[in-house]
Amino acid sequence: MDEQVLITMRDITKTFPGVVALNHAQLTLRKGEIHALMGENGAGKSTIIKCLTGVYERDDGEIKMDGVEGNIYNHSTQDAQKIGIATVYQEVNLCPNLCVAENLFIGREPKTKLGTVDWKTMFKMAQKLMDDLDITIDVTATLEHFSIAIQQMVAIARAVSMDCKVLILDEPTSSLDEKEVEKLFSLMRSLKQKGVGILFVTHFLEQVYEVCDRVTVMRNGKFVGEYNIDELPRLKLVAAMLGKDFDDLAAIKPEGATSTSDEVVLDAEGLSHKGTIKPFNFKIRKGEVVGVTGLLGSGRSEMVRCIYGADKAQSGTEIMHDKKLKINAPIDSIKSGMGFLPDDRKADGCIGDLSVRENIILALQARSGMFKRIPRAKQIEFADQFIDILKIKTASRETPLSQLSGGNQQKVILARWLCTHPDFLILDEPTRGIDIGTKTEFQKLVLKFASEGMSVVFISSEIEEMLRTCSRMCVMRDGEKVGEIEGEMTQESVMNAIAGGDKK
Amino acid sequence: MNGVKNLTKKALFLPIFCMILVLLINLAKSPTFFSVAIQNGVLYGRLIDILNRGSEIAILAVGQTLVVAVSAGTDISVGSVMSLSACGCCMMLAGYGVNSATQLAVPMIVGMLFGVLLGGVSGAFNGTLVAKLKIQPMVATLILYTAARAIGLLLCDNQITYIRYEPYKYLGNFLPGFPVPTAILVTIAVVAVVSLLLKRTALGLYVQSVGINSRAARISGINSDQICFLCYLLCGLCAGIAGIVASSRIYSADSNNIGLNYELDAILAVALGGNSLAGGKFNMAGSIIGAYTIQAITTTLLAMGVSTDQAPVIKAVIVVLIVVVQAPVFKAWMSRRSARRLALASAATEQGKGMPVK
Repeated sequence: MDEQVLITMRDITKTFPGVVALNHAQLTLRKGEIHALMGENGAGKSTIIKCLTGVYERDDGEIKMDGVEGNIYNHSTQDAQKIGIATVYQEVNLCPNLCVAENLFIGREPKTKLGTVDWKTMFKMAQKLMDDLDITIDVTATLEHFSIAIQQMVAIARAVSMDCKVLILDEPTSSLDEKEVEKLFSLMRSLKQKGVGILFVTHFLEQVYEVCDRVTVMRNGKFVGEYNIDELPRLKLVAAMLGKDFDDLAAIKPEGATSTSDEVVLDAEGLSHKGTIKPFNFKIRKGEVVGVTGLLGSGRSEMVRCIYGADKAQSGTEIMHDKKLKINAPIDSIKSGMGFLPDDRKADGCIGDLSVRENIILALQARSGMFKRIPRAKQIEFADQFIDILKIKTASRETPLSQLSGGNQQKVILARWLCTHPDFLILDEPTRGIDIGTKTEFQKLVLKFASEGMSVVFISSEIEEMLRTCSRMCVMRDGEKVGEIEGEMTQESVMNAIAGGDKK
Repeated sequence: MNGVKNLTKKALFLPIFCMILVLLINLAKSPTFFSVAIQNGVLYGRLIDILNRGSEIAILAVGQTLVVAVSAGTDISVGSVMSLSACGCCMMLAGYGVNSATQLAVPMIVGMLFGVLLGGVSGAFNGTLVAKLKIQPMVATLILYTAARAIGLLLCDNQITYIRYEPYKYLGNFLPGFPVPTAILVTIAVVAVVSLLLKRTALGLYVQSVGINSRAARISGINSDQICFLCYLLCGLCAGIAGIVASSRIYSADSNNIGLNYELDAILAVALGGNSLAGGKFNMAGSIIGAYTIQAITTTLLAMGVSTDQAPVIKAVIVVLIVVVQAPVFKAWMSRRSARRLALASAATEQGKGMPVK
């Protein structure tokens, strides 16, 4: 392997109001390696990357790059791109209203002699690029028609097409299914062969061991260490990330919720939403944790959105606590005791500019109605209580939500629902893009809620996670509920159900 | 030093600072600027004049702030709606087709309420287009921007309707025996009602939530469309009230001139108040300060003898300055500059220490 160093970052320091995000952090990236960057939420992974790519300007420290003279100061992502640093961020940063080809070539569109965009060439180039990456989509369709997974692939394709020396992937796999991850990995390996240095931020240990050569671990904005993957046992890696020995995952009972009563909390029959989900039945008992599993795009999210009324059901009935519900909008479901943590945190969950406090009390305020304002003292009490219970890392309760790290934002939104004391809580991918420590916390919380009598629907792309928490699973395929599995569940049996044994 | 720093961090610092600056320039020009006297039993003075004349813009700014916050768009119909409301009011009071009335056809309050109601209907119309039909705010309100004035003219049978009835002038001038201009009282009332709404109810939280992320707000149980509609409705009502005040000043409904270009002042007031026109978080007090700043500039220029034709040029220059001072880019530049100067200064003292003392 070529051991030539591509990028060195030394003593990088960055502070935000009230928080030291990076404290003399460092990072070294070599040519032709896949380098994992790991750490818990708020460890400073995203921040150090943003300092490198020019999204943030660092307060202190030096960045050197092979082939570029002197200390590098990137003032914008364009600067970074010019010297060959391309990035694909955790959340897709493309224009959903433009077509795939435009997104691929925005800012560097092929031009005709007249100076107008040469659409024909652009579509051809785009098609070739997608073909090379083995992604079959119509490049002339607008991006918003595609799933987040495809959008992510487009973002990666865009980065790849820019002839980069350094490719930064900030949690690209958190919204991809297994096949797509495999595709991405083979792409990464071929780029590695070409001598590209890839910085790979992820929370998935498996993936690190599968593709990475080295790993840099960060904790609380500081550099913990750089290790060769072959020489680092998993437990040691986890311990390095958490700063303690850690076998908490095992502490969670694989049984899921232990005591379920026979009391049916919600009974939905024949619910459907045209174009997204075919009619389905769903029943949940008090204190039960039910999983919904299936591939991406199989209708998992659509099913729960339909139950909750985020997308209004076009047929069917819902009975909650023996009372027939009439749900026109989410507020109706909230009033009957439901809560819903949506999977797209950025678009459906966060109200970024509002403070943590305001975000936490929002649903409770909506339920009590506009004219019954929750007194400020009460709001503060709720906010402090949940910041404490959920261990939300924030400078203060008045900090805008957008300044928190992803996992902490998710906790705030969870707090928003816990505030309303729901009887029935839907969690759609609550653990996506957050670190294992917090993931475990979430799983424990779910089981705790259930033991207190709350009924929970839990959706996750990680089957393991659902096996640990759920006592029953609904299986979705192609926008249809195809069955339920109960009792003895293993990773294999669930995968079989998802794949649909009858097909092969 | 630290105290000053904290002060400059406050949201309202710059709007207030700009306002004070404008007032100080006034003071330098005419030392009697702040003097308030009582003549003929009423308050008299430049300051009172600014407060009085600025009433319409301030009232419009209240409604406009909500619209900007909730929909990241502007209601450009408010000036025309003012005119519509004035015409509706005068038409009711005079009777259709009468162009100069000395006797009222209906009680005065009925006519005024009808005018305000027309404002409300206009607001509801805009709100329906924006909230339910998802038409872009500027396009949606462009309809009434062009049509409202014409509808007003139709209501008044294509002529200027005069209401030569003394009490009708009270609103735009003074109540008998009361020294404060009535328009100021109306503004205070409007601001008080809206502040109460924002303080005592969750309206402020709702408006900001919808403005920042309407999808997330909806999932959290807020009826985003309804809140958006409500803001446009309130904005229309404010325009209606402002229209009645403006009409009372000239005791007539001059459809072509009432509220002319006021929508721009209202939008400017919101921006001068430090509010982002991209919606989301808002500061009502800032908008109101912004409104009076605009009026102070206008009054000053006119008092300094700048002709009405030229005044907009100078006004534009001042507004550009204020907006630049408030721009985040400028602020960042300033703080970098002062940081550099501090660094230089400390370096200089370091050097000074190193030098042998003679």
